[in-house]
Amino acid sequence: MTTPPNAATTTGTDRDTILRADGVTMRFGGLTAVRGVDLTVGSGEIVGLIGPNGAGKTTFFNCLTGLYVPTEGTVSYRGTRLSRKPHLVTQAGVARTFQNIRLFANMTVLENVLVGRHTRTKEGLWSALLRGPGFKKAERTSEQRAMELLEFTGLAHKRDHLARNLPYGEQRKLEIARALASEPGLLLLDEPTAGMNPQETRATQDLVLAIRAQGTAVLVIEHDMRFIFNLCDRVAVLVQGQKLIEGTADVVQADDRVIAAYLGTPLDDDTPDAPHTAPPTDTDGTPADGTPAADPAPDATAPADPPAQGHTGDTP
Amino acid sequence: MTTDTTTTPARGLLPLPERTARLTTAAGALVTALSTGLAWTWSSDFPGDLTYNLSPAGLQLITLFGGLLTLLLATSALGTRGLRWLTPAGRNAPTLLAALATFAATWFTLIAIAVQLGGLINLEPGGLLAGLASLLTLLAALALPPDTPGDTPPTGPWQRFTAALAPTPLRRRTRELPAWAEILTIAAAFAAGLLAFTYGIDTDDGAPFVGYLLFMVLAVPALHRAGLTARLTALTRTHRGVALGAAFLAAACFPFTQDTDQYTIIGANILIFATVALGLNVVVGLAGLLDLGYVAFLGVGAYAAALVSGSAESALGLHFPFWAALLTGAAASLVFGVLIGAPTLRLRGDYLAIVTLGFGEIFRIAMLNLNGTTGPDITNGAMGIPNIPNLEIFGFNFGETHTVLGIPLATYGNYYLLMILVTAFVVLVFRRAAASRIGRAWIAIREDETAAIAMGINSFRLRLLAFALGAALAGLAGTVHAHVVTTATPEQFQFAGPQPPNSAFLLAAVILGGMGTLSGPLVGAALLFLIPAKLDFLQDYQLLLFGIALVLLMRFRPEGLIPDRRKQLEFHETGQLDVPDQRLPDTDATLGATQAKA
Repeated sequence: MTTPPNAATTTGTDRDTILRADGVTMRFGGLTAVRGVDLTVGSGEIVGLIGPNGAGKTTFFNCLTGLYVPTEGTVSYRGTRLSRKPHLVTQAGVARTFQNIRLFANMTVLENVLVGRHTRTKEGLWSALLRGPGFKKAERTSEQRAMELLEFTGLAHKRDHLARNLPYGEQRKLEIARALASEPGLLLLDEPTAGMNPQETRATQDLVLAIRAQGTAVLVIEHDMRFIFNLCDRVAVLVQGQKLIEGTADVVQADDRVIAAYLGTPLDDDTPDAPHTAPPTDTDGTPADGTPAADPAPDATAPADPPAQGHTGDTP
Repeated sequence: MTTDTTTTPARGLLPLPERTARLTTAAGALVTALSTGLAWTWSSDFPGDLTYNLSPAGLQLITLFGGLLTLLLATSALGTRGLRWLTPAGRNAPTLLAALATFAATWFTLIAIAVQLGGLINLEPGGLLAGLASLLTLLAALALPPDTPGDTPPTGPWQRFTAALAPTPLRRRTRELPAWAEILTIAAAFAAGLLAFTYGIDTDDGAPFVGYLLFMVLAVPALHRAGLTARLTALTRTHRGVALGAAFLAAACFPFTQDTDQYTIIGANILIFATVALGLNVVVGLAGLLDLGYVAFLGVGAYAAALVSGSAESALGLHFPFWAALLTGAAASLVFGVLIGAPTLRLRGDYLAIVTLGFGEIFRIAMLNLNGTTGPDITNGAMGIPNIPNLEIFGFNFGETHTVLGIPLATYGNYYLLMILVTAFVVLVFRRAAASRIGRAWIAIREDETAAIAMGINSFRLRLLAFALGAALAGLAGTVHAHVVTTATPEQFQFAGPQPPNSAFLLAAVILGGMGTLSGPLVGAALLFLIPAKLDFLQDYQLLLFGIALVLLMRFRPEGLIPDRRKQLEFHETGQLDVPDQRLPDTDATLGATQAKA
């Protein structure tokens, strides 16, 4: 995977950080979907992002890729602040897949990947109309590169099929191939194994490892815990828009609050004022300003100002 | 009608042994064809003069052709050596359709004679023979079993009828032909197409054209069911350049088949309309932007050309040479395209449609008001800019009649040939733009804009590019349009009206023909121009019938006449995988995978 020349960044970090999100907050009117999330991804790292449904994971992804402009906070990639235009984010080297597959359904498999090459080719309309040698060379290179990616993901034999006709698992693979075609330094995968059977999940796991082996860092959202803990160097847990904890698989797995966030707390703990006793600090310096509610109520409204307003209605 | 379905499920509508039915069909078709050698009526009052023995004329020619076609298809279905290539897919469905087409055309003629001349007494024995023979052919063809016996034997007569018409996939790969033979086949097919189309243009308005239309509506599906169109499509795909060349050559031959200018003007107008439709196809078909005011760009081109082409009424009083006027028209449209597009293309879908609709009206009303009283005098208001002089290129005056190869080419013939060049240019632009990085990006935006943006496509810029390119192509056609009609008035460029080109007809041409394809809008535009022009005699009912025809077509063939492979799958969800049977012969693989549909 080729990387842009500004790989050696000046922002002093312990590791070679390629993505740095600082205090990303996303508000939709009164609803704060993501609140002050910090996250870094080092080069060649696989980072997992987990959390219950509605925790703001996909919103955070959209903030990273420019589909949403974060209300507060900055996202920088290799030391430069990322643009707020999604197509420039891709150009800079951050590619993504979508939670609900968004292929170009009526284009062939090969065409899908060729569209992914868009930012890495320059040929404009004039070049297309005049069909000079440069155009032909670029098209040939693009097609070669696309075919390599299809080989890599095991879809080469389906190059002329329409994307809509691929089975589900292959559609997911094709989406990854399409994202890889933009030669990203960081790949964001939004639930790559949703709806897959165990074999397919394992295949995806191998694919992600192979992508990392080529030098691309991966940030992955997933609900499949085995997948996450097998794969990721670090895992961040997002609950109600806030980062609860970040650490290695063992640390995260052992954390009570993570278990509570996923499974809920036992009933006898769930006294009306229990959710709002703020834990002092997190193990690895997560800001402790906001308090993730320990019950799994899907209420993500800002719990900030009137702290006395508890989650009434759960338990008397 | 029998309902005896238990013993032989694969049976036709009527109880006849298969071989008998087939032989009867062939014999009936032969007699039908021969009957056109006799007089059908005694009076030459009926259009086409069907009074001669041994000299078929007018509508008799259609019956003659239909009878021969049915005969050929039926004998091919019998397995006759040397004719089997005619039916590579279905055997009986095409025979039935051809028999139906012949029957419809023949009986339409006979009824029209009886009605127009006042009574059955006006039919000569020849006409009665034709009617009986075509009826016999049809009945025998109805006894033919369906090509593909379905899982469940059809129950009622109607189900049996539709089962008999069901399409069959290509049975086998026919013998590989040498390349020259394939090219000859393509040339012959295009020549036949030209002949059929020319015949349609040349038929008189009224009954003869209705007969022609009736026949074509049924005969073309017959060829389709026989698998001939599929074979031809495969051939044109292998020889795409040759096919395009042959198509343009055939089209260029058209004015040489005409003695007068009466029909070449229709040809020239069809080409203008088709070129604009192809430009619109960039916007609607490729980039997926619904533009309801597209005719305004044709108007901008026409007005720009009118102003600089030396009309005495032009406010500018300029007289540019043709190439400069052409560039002016295209550039003016381009500028307007960008001006309209830049603020509006951030809108999506319906909103954009409304804005473009508004722009179309603004253009027309602005042209009306720039008349010296309600605004500066530029366009001469409702009177328009008249007396646009004929073009003159290198001393070749388009207004004069030139004799080429002994055939006189009058004004519209000249413009027709010029438009062929313009259309060829637009076709080239469309093909090359579609099969490139830009074209792929357009299609990606059409398919899923969010995903396209996430793939690094600057959707606003590319949409603007599509909008501007479409506008410039329309402006190009508008320049010639101004010279052909010699006047530029605001009323030519409406949203909707009984005569093309207007925005509604343009959009209909694109959708009817097949969005995103190359030949679709050309065919759609040709039909949409020709049919209203020929059905003029219906007067008030013209648009009503036309509208009903459009509704029916969209109901039963929403992907258009010449569908994009993508669209066909989109509208007819069959659940089966679209497995490409043979790898598309990518001889020019460098053109990218977005095959421009030939």
